[in-house]
Amino acid sequence: MSGDVGSDTVREILELLERDSTLSHDTIATMTGLPVAEVTAQIRAWEASGVIRRYKAVVNWDAVEGADAGEVMAFIDVAVLPARGVGFDDVAQRISRFDEVRSVYLVSGGHDLRCTVVGSNIRAVSDFVSRKLSTIDRVQATATHFVLATHKQDGDNFAEPDPDHRLPITP
Amino acid sequence: MKPLNDVITACPPSGIRRFFDIAAEMDDVISLGVGEPDFVTPWRIREAGIYALEHGYTTYTSNAGLPELRKLICAELATRYDADYAWDTECLITTGVSEGLDLALRVLLNPGDEVIVPEPCYVAYEPCVAFGGGVPVRVATRAEDGFAIDAAAVEAAITPRTKAILIGSPANPTGAVQPVAALRALVRLAEKHDLYLISDEIYDRLTYDGVHTCLGAVPGARERTVVLGGFSKAQAMTGWRVGWICAPAPVAELCVRVHQYTMLCAPHVSQIAAVEALSAADGDVREMVADYDRRRRVFVKGLREIGLDCPEPGGAFYAFPSIRGSGLDSETFAERLLKAESVAVVPGNVFGPSGEGHIRCSYATALPQLEEALVRIDRFLHSL
Repeated sequence: MSGDVGSDTVREILELLERDSTLSHDTIATMTGLPVAEVTAQIRAWEASGVIRRYKAVVNWDAVEGADAGEVMAFIDVAVLPARGVGFDDVAQRISRFDEVRSVYLVSGGHDLRCTVVGSNIRAVSDFVSRKLSTIDRVQATATHFVLATHKQDGDNFAEPDPDHRLPITP
Repeated sequence: MKPLNDVITACPPSGIRRFFDIAAEMDDVISLGVGEPDFVTPWRIREAGIYALEHGYTTYTSNAGLPELRKLICAELATRYDADYAWDTECLITTGVSEGLDLALRVLLNPGDEVIVPEPCYVAYEPCVAFGGGVPVRVATRAEDGFAIDAAAVEAAITPRTKAILIGSPANPTGAVQPVAALRALVRLAEKHDLYLISDEIYDRLTYDGVHTCLGAVPGARERTVVLGGFSKAQAMTGWRVGWICAPAPVAELCVRVHQYTMLCAPHVSQIAAVEALSAADGDVREMVADYDRRRRVFVKGLREIGLDCPEPGGAFYAFPSIRGSGLDSETFAERLLKAESVAVVPGNVFGPSGEGHIRCSYATALPQLEEALVRIDRFLHSL
């Protein structure tokens, strides 16, 4: 296999891990019909090469008791003046280096970069925008959208799941 | 009072019922007894149904069903299985395969005609034959053969009264997929003895190794075969009650005749949702099928690891392991397992005498539940 991400089975392993990174290599091997050793070797190779960056949980912070004092999140759209030779890359990298910044995307539309920024409260995020983000060279404008509630994240719908309406035994 | 209908009075209630009653009383039951998907209908299909309701599609459709849906079904059969049916004369929409089966039997049978039913099979086959005025004739299939239908055994059961052979592939309860050679042999038998074939293909898309064979596409079968299909399993639309019949025009025409008097039409909203299912939800179906396949592999391996012999289920979402090693009959096994470990399975004997010694386990259940069920079944086996 050796990193041949084009093959269906290899892609399937990545999709399985992306959905549930707690699946054991043994289970993945059974699911895909590959030898365990091959699955393990492939996953280790991806980890080493950075195809798999890390494993983490999708947390619904709204559901955590006493999490009101937790972080706030904002989407911040940034208009950037591109520069010859680097385009938007250098500014995107400069923004990415801040720990407060969780994601940075180059996007089409009215702005150039869309960032996800977290802070301990609204004031912290506002300060970050006004003191750090807006003052970066060639950043021309920002638009900040605070997240008020999360309904769905990374494919997970945070709404209470509907109960299983099936009868316990059916023909 | 005068006696009620003899045939229906003589028909025993489904053996599943008793287990349903016990399971319904219990908490914390992991049910492997459910014969329907654990997925809800994909949202895009539900949304199409909601849209249809909002826009007042609450009327009858033509008896045979929406032309758009029938065209899509026939196009799908042609591209997927090389089966050739004319949407306007050879295809009708039914309220699920259940109605389709009832229509086919009523149209094909005269009182006393025999229908050969290889078993173990879906619980409704024999009663529906009887309700249609026919006489079901069982032919055993064996786990050792992967529940493949033996043409010689079928031929031995043919009498001058034999009118049809009724099969389901992929099968409930065994998960067996009939090998193409077995299907061809059945077609040759049907030609030789001038029999009809009724093919329940509701699990067609849930075929995991290779591609499903539509019986109507097997050479020689088309003129004598009624193919039944629907949206309940692959598209997770059990409660919408929408299926179809594809059959030679003379058969299809008479099916529409019964349907127009007994059912009028399948629900309009469900037909519109089914149009969406066929035209835009193939990606959802493929994802669900891939998910069943993964669970199948994990669950069947797990059954074998705890010592239960399990024929390889090539389709549907059932495993049909042997529990002979336990020394219990399948009904006792299922009842004791339910009471001791709160795992509900269906005893194999309710699907015919050849199902004795087996239990039907549906893996249309979330993986952690399946894994927990395996732990509990293992504990139960050790307690015996």
